[in-house]
Amino acid sequence: MKSTRICNPSALAVSTLFAFAMSILPPSSTAQTGTYIADTPADPATEARLKDLAQELRCLVCQNQTIADSSADLAVDLRRVVRAQILEGKSDGDIKGYLVARYGDFVLYKPPVQGNTTLLWFGPFGFLFAGTGVWWLLGRRRAAMVSAYAISAEDERKAKALLENS
Amino acid sequence: MRALRFGIPLAVFALLVFFLWRGLWRDPREVPSVLVDKPAPAFTLPLLGDPGKQFSPADYRGRVWLLNVWGSWCISCQVEHPTLLALAKMKAVPIVGFDWKDKSDAAIKWLAQQGGDPYVFSVTDLDGRVAIDYGVYGAPETFVIDKAGVIRHKHIGPLDDKSVADKLLPLIRKLEQQ
Repeated sequence: MKSTRICNPSALAVSTLFAFAMSILPPSSTAQTGTYIADTPADPATEARLKDLAQELRCLVCQNQTIADSSADLAVDLRRVVRAQILEGKSDGDIKGYLVARYGDFVLYKPPVQGNTTLLWFGPFGFLFAGTGVWWLLGRRRAAMVSAYAISAEDERKAKALLENS
Repeated sequence: MRALRFGIPLAVFALLVFFLWRGLWRDPREVPSVLVDKPAPAFTLPLLGDPGKQFSPADYRGRVWLLNVWGSWCISCQVEHPTLLALAKMKAVPIVGFDWKDKSDAAIKWLAQQGGDPYVFSVTDLDGRVAIDYGVYGAPETFVIDKAGVIRHKHIGPLDDKSVADKLLPLIRKLEQQ
């Protein structure tokens, strides 16, 4: 019986996760046919590009891993696809576009800057802006409070006298 | 000013609670498919048990059909199998099996062990190439394809009688009328 390899070895510790992944992942296939995949490592330049690209692509099975880190079967397949496309001379953008068209933006580890990610990218600046605003308002109010309680020189002399006599 | 002082933090807190509460009911494993409302990717694959014959989605143009991704290695598919058998019995819709990264002899044996074959036939995708075109990332997955060859729905994970009755069958009936 062939075992299914999933995620990284630390996942083995989490037995329930393991059991779940066992049930949804295909076992490693030995009979790889077809032209689109490149099984064997190619020249160092291609492998270096593959490594860089793989680090930007999410493995949809082990969602918090890139396909570079994951040994899930799907990640292995996707690495082969990326390698084959590099060998075909496709650009990084083309390859990412190919996978986004099939798996959606979620396959990209770094979310693209676009309409539905505006809040994600610029939200933190909004918080910073709001925080600065609150800080400025509070500062102004404190300054107003200090001047509101300003007392006349006469009153101050009286107060001093009272304190000294007690 | 006083209203703002309590109102703003309260609003922020309520927003946070809303997002966290919604997050509780969302399954991060269910990645919505970008292929819904797009044409089903073309392929030509040999049939399980009869590799001399082939099937392409174009062959089913003009029909509403299901494409169900399975494999003999897939445990969740065993859970789903009785539902598929029941659905096949209704003859509401042809179910095409998509045997993903499997060995044909193991797949045929598995179907016999599960109490029958709900599929009109299954295609075999031994190397997983076509599965990538369909954005498959686990089994089982089920695609509903309409008469024009457009994917109208993707169900991720095992189908059960409830999801078939509540979602699949009404959708199929609707698509049949188009």
